[in-house]
Amino acid sequence: MGRLEPGIHSGRLSPAEYDKNFSELHPVFSDHEALVASDRCYFCYDAPCMTACPTSIDVPLFIRQISTGNAIGAAKTIFDQNIMGGMCARVCPTETLCEQACVRNTAEERPVEIGRLQRFATDKAMNAGKQFYTRLNSNGKSVGVVGAGPAGLAAAHRLAMHGFNVMVYDHREKAGGLNEYGIATYKATDEIAQKEVDYILSIGGIDVLDGEMLGRDFTLADLKSRHDAVFLGIGLGGVNALTVQGTHEYGVVDAVEFIANLRQADAKGDVPVGRRVVVIGGGMTAVDAAVQAKLLGAEEVTMCYRRGQEHMNASLYEQELAASKGVLIRHWLAPKAVLSHGGHVTGITMAYTHLENGLLKETGHTIDIACDQILTAIGQTLDIAGLDTIKVEKGKIVIDEEGKTSVAGVWAGGDCATGGEDLTVSAVAMGRDAAMSIIKSLA
Amino acid sequence: MADIRNNFVGIKSPNPFWLASAPPTDKAYNVERAYAAGWGGVVWKTLGEEGPPVVNVNGPRYGAIWGADRRLLGLNNIELITDRPLQINLQEMKAVKKKWRDRALIASIMVPCEEEAWKAILPLVEETEADGIELNFGCPHGMSERGMGAAVGQVPEYVEMVVRWCKQYTRMPVITKLTPNVTDVRRPARAAKNGGTDAVSLINTINSITGVDLDTCSPTPSIDGKGTHGGYCGPAVKPIALNMVAEIARDPETYGLPISGIGGVTTWRDAAEFLMLGAGNVQVCTAAMTYGFKIVQEMITGLEAWMDEKGYATLDDFRGKAVPNVTDWQYLNLNYIAKAHIDQDACIKCGRCHIACEDTSHQAITNMVNGVRHFEVIEEECVACNLCIDVCPVENCITMVEKQPGEIDKRTGKVVSADYANWTTHPNNPMAKVAAE
Repeated sequence: MGRLEPGIHSGRLSPAEYDKNFSELHPVFSDHEALVASDRCYFCYDAPCMTACPTSIDVPLFIRQISTGNAIGAAKTIFDQNIMGGMCARVCPTETLCEQACVRNTAEERPVEIGRLQRFATDKAMNAGKQFYTRLNSNGKSVGVVGAGPAGLAAAHRLAMHGFNVMVYDHREKAGGLNEYGIATYKATDEIAQKEVDYILSIGGIDVLDGEMLGRDFTLADLKSRHDAVFLGIGLGGVNALTVQGTHEYGVVDAVEFIANLRQADAKGDVPVGRRVVVIGGGMTAVDAAVQAKLLGAEEVTMCYRRGQEHMNASLYEQELAASKGVLIRHWLAPKAVLSHGGHVTGITMAYTHLENGLLKETGHTIDIACDQILTAIGQTLDIAGLDTIKVEKGKIVIDEEGKTSVAGVWAGGDCATGGEDLTVSAVAMGRDAAMSIIKSLA
Repeated sequence: MADIRNNFVGIKSPNPFWLASAPPTDKAYNVERAYAAGWGGVVWKTLGEEGPPVVNVNGPRYGAIWGADRRLLGLNNIELITDRPLQINLQEMKAVKKKWRDRALIASIMVPCEEEAWKAILPLVEETEADGIELNFGCPHGMSERGMGAAVGQVPEYVEMVVRWCKQYTRMPVITKLTPNVTDVRRPARAAKNGGTDAVSLINTINSITGVDLDTCSPTPSIDGKGTHGGYCGPAVKPIALNMVAEIARDPETYGLPISGIGGVTTWRDAAEFLMLGAGNVQVCTAAMTYGFKIVQEMITGLEAWMDEKGYATLDDFRGKAVPNVTDWQYLNLNYIAKAHIDQDACIKCGRCHIACEDTSHQAITNMVNGVRHFEVIEEECVACNLCIDVCPVENCITMVEKQPGEIDKRTGKVVSADYANWTTHPNNPMAKVAAE
């Protein structure tokens, strides 16, 4: 049976198929490809790509450096603004950021391939073990950083550079946050997340305490007493659960957990997946889960979103990627009830929806979609345990322009804080900028 | 359909595209491939005197510079004249000419600056039934160290002397190939004319070092760690060649002397430009060496299409038409006022025009208007220098718009005059010619 085995099973494909499916989506440019691609950059004045980048990387400069044979210098230009330039080159939705702003779109509807050029330069530097930054002598001051994700590590790196002693607390086994646990496997091959963590930590002055969770093992008050300043980069630890009948049956799985398990699995063939899978949600997490369910060998994967295509959080590029991998995306369908037999999922009843005076309503019609597995990707939430009295609004920690929270001496950034875009790159920018604010206030 | 048949000093060819004397024309195999591809004529690679042939280096002979996407812009070479025995070349030339009667075949010649040497080789070449000879007074490397090539071309008296010998000892038309490695190309051209040459061809290659290997500290191309200057050619030299062709075409002493234009001809358009500046035909090398002989098909069809569009029936209809418009700076109309104009629909907002103007010129282009990225010419500052057009990546996005008489030049506040006025009569010119009282 293998491939067509009903229910949820691993080993649906041959080892060669798994390898192929989870190899890199876009391989790194060769030297020649990089030269050809870099030649297309116009070196714009006050370049729109640079403005569109949340970390304000000097894109024209780094591309010109590549075109003149100075890829290592290009990497420094990138890292000066974004120490996670390597991961961002892989996961940034460049089609809605720098590449959308590229003037070549106006000229010929094809932007300079900024993301892949950034990947080329950062890979060159990291593979060469090139370190551009040295840590200033310790200034004796200590900063506690909660969360070893993009925001926390970007803050830690900037702080350590300036001589601060940084202690990073993270409840997971590995540092990296969503870079390690949340990114689709085919976007972050070859242990890139851990290589980047090692690259960042190698500057010195940063200690990582794993297995330490805010609210369980310590409180914000504890941190304030231990450190001169605190940075919270805790992300969104909770997930929204389906609130329909039958969600406790075997086969209803949180997509975030599904993605994380897949990333951590040594052999992708060991990861079980349903023969028919329904993914509930319309964001990047839903796409990542749906695409990877297909790559794991699911025969049929249907993504159901309760609103229209124009409302989806997943970028058009991601939607097209899902479609090209064979995922069926259906709109205007909301989950109604999980169907099961003998404790196992057999399908899901979806209600047709539409907008009535701007409000989402069920039309009264339903459809049953047969499936063995349901992946839910309907939003992640801030876990407020241990945050004490810090001001939270609409599920995010309120921060000012510099990243300061309502509690003196406590900064925050990344997905947990207001003002971000739930992207790696904006988390890096927020962590970096909060670090600069901490440096200024402790000077 | 336009008729592009060419008659250059009596030498007929089906089109004005000849291959210049160079590596592509060193032997029958290449020349026949060129004819088969459609080339109208070939100047056989330079023949030397009888005896042991010259030898070439056994390392790199060429160096290059590139533009975007490694497009070859300039090529340099240190190859010498043919390194094959004279008799082999002569036999092949004769056989090829017999087979390709409708194509032009010219023999390039370089022998020592002695009357006997020229007297000896000319009958041998004549016997091949070649259509004419080209005197190689231009090669700037290697042979010039031996008193030939550019070493002759740089001394007008030698040019005149050798041309005179050739006219004396052969019935074949004589084309004198000039070196650009001189301060005033009109002087060797005049000397050639005085010697009785039928035509001049130019330019030969320009002294050049294409680069330095930063690891071995050697100029490139590098032979065992050393380099020497080579002869530069290709698209990069075209502006230099056009100027030299124009200088000869408009010089009263050489006016009307037939010119075979050489230097960076890569497209039909380049060829048309040479012809408009007075050349009777063109010779090509680097374009063929870059893309192969088939490139001539683009040149032929492009030239025909353009001539049809313009209503030119023959090459003579437009040849030299630009010559009267080449003048000295002092005669340019200072009352002509233009302003750059940016087509906002074509603008892709790269901002290169702005930063070029802002940093290096006249601060005459905006980058932001009412908080929006917007590039527009500030006429009060614009001197019409053309830099914005030259750096704009979109063709025809920025154009120069001529101010009509009666309009106000916002930069000077003055009314544009319909009158022509140049530097020779300008009040700021201490040497201005003043009308007699």
